[in-house]
Amino acid sequence: MWHVAVEDWPLGYGLMRRLIQLLKTFTLWELLKGLQLTLRAFFRRKVTVQYPEEKTPQSARFRGLHALRRYPNGEERCIACKLCEAVCPALAITIESEARDDGTRRTTRYDIDLFKCVYCGFCEEACPVDAVVETRIFEYHMEEHGESIMTKEKLLAVGDKHEATIAADKAEDAKYR
Amino acid sequence: MANQLQQLLGQFLPEPFDWLVLTVLQIVALIICVILCVAYLTLAERKVIGYMQSRIGPNRVGPGGFLQPFADVIKLMLKEVIVPNRSNSFLFVVAPLLAIVPALATWAVIPLFPGFVIADINAGLLYVLALTSLGVYGILLAGWATNSKYALLGAMRSAAQIVAYEIAMGFALVGVLMASGSLNLGDIIEAQSGGVSNWFAIWLFPLFIVYFISGVAETNRAPFDVAEGESEIVAGFHVEYSGIAFAVFFLAEYANIILIAALTSVMFCGGWESPFAGWEFLQGTVFAVIANPSLAWFAVKIAFFLFCFLWFRATFPRYRYDQIMRLGWKIFIPVTIVWIVVECGMLLLKIGPWGTVL
Repeated sequence: MWHVAVEDWPLGYGLMRRLIQLLKTFTLWELLKGLQLTLRAFFRRKVTVQYPEEKTPQSARFRGLHALRRYPNGEERCIACKLCEAVCPALAITIESEARDDGTRRTTRYDIDLFKCVYCGFCEEACPVDAVVETRIFEYHMEEHGESIMTKEKLLAVGDKHEATIAADKAEDAKYR
Repeated sequence: MANQLQQLLGQFLPEPFDWLVLTVLQIVALIICVILCVAYLTLAERKVIGYMQSRIGPNRVGPGGFLQPFADVIKLMLKEVIVPNRSNSFLFVVAPLLAIVPALATWAVIPLFPGFVIADINAGLLYVLALTSLGVYGILLAGWATNSKYALLGAMRSAAQIVAYEIAMGFALVGVLMASGSLNLGDIIEAQSGGVSNWFAIWLFPLFIVYFISGVAETNRAPFDVAEGESEIVAGFHVEYSGIAFAVFFLAEYANIILIAALTSVMFCGGWESPFAGWEFLQGTVFAVIANPSLAWFAVKIAFFLFCFLWFRATFPRYRYDQIMRLGWKIFIPVTIVWIVVECGMLLLKIGPWGTVL
């Protein structure tokens, strides 16, 4: 309609339109339509998840707190290749290593700073031996300065505690890799 | 009930003092009721707006969030009241009181149920108009005393807005005055007795709408809440208020909302009158009680208008400032004047239930 000049409109067209507009304005038509919408929403089912009691479903690929895994024989998987340290975009990982008595290279220090970490999961992707993983754990907190540094011992402890879940999640994801 | 109480008091108090004590008791009872209503209005607001946004609102404090208002009040009371260094500290402290006093004082003339009103004065409507206009002084002084740009902007906006809507509101009440032939709020309710068809809301429908929307604007509620305008001027006039001083402003705002809802039901929806008053076939059945005028009907009407306040807030985005002014000056005032003229015609031709007034 916009390309037609006003004077070319059929006689009374503009008048009619303006009258309708006036009527709509004074009956508060548009406002009532808005009110109808919110009133309908008032009776709609509520979508709130009552968090501590209810939780949203979690993917097997969920990237939460980190863990270091072990082989079934108790040997730690990490071989101190430092690929995770190299790939980490936030420089959150610090690794120091030494040769052990049996000649294998192992870490003497493996720290993840949780305040620096952006939970991208690159360390997990980079790891050739599936040593460092991100678990489903996301409800954790720190109370004192320095607790945000996950040391090797803490990471191994998390891994030991949740090995069953971690292994199941990795197995589920394996077919897509 | 009031008379029995007065007789009881009269037994051990001399003549003017029994009346004084009785009135003070009534005032205290009413103020406690209003403050409790305010407390639960804040909860209702959060619940209703939550529901309209597909949320469930506060439900953690007490069963179903029932104790939430008390948690809020305790939190606010425990907080520090900070008086800004360069503010006018006297006015800064007085401003919240100036906001709350008119909001509570107006309740004196509102008839709550048949035969009960604290101050049965003949100039009730004038008293209401005077006191509701006074409420803006609290906001203005708060904005000025704070000595902050945002607060001053908020106060100025609020003042201009209230000046604009006060006139439309006054005109709407002139219509009510003409129809009822009295300034006494009790008489105004009596003039609307006899069922829903005699309510002024039907016969003065445009004035009813104008009055209610002006009431929303007067109380600085969404969509007319430019005085607060949290997205533009932080919090408007109460930027620097904290703790109990903020709570008092909050209380005043919500007391005003309840007041406007009560006034709208008194002026246009017959106050404590029942909408089914004229229905003969109800007599003798169990439903006869709903045809009686009572406090319950007044409460139902107030609750409906309060719900509308919350409903509007959940629905409409804030008006732009010039649109507020345009609506107030260029639409509401002409509409009310036109309808007053129409009403004059109706009075002269004796159309409508109040044909006997002239």
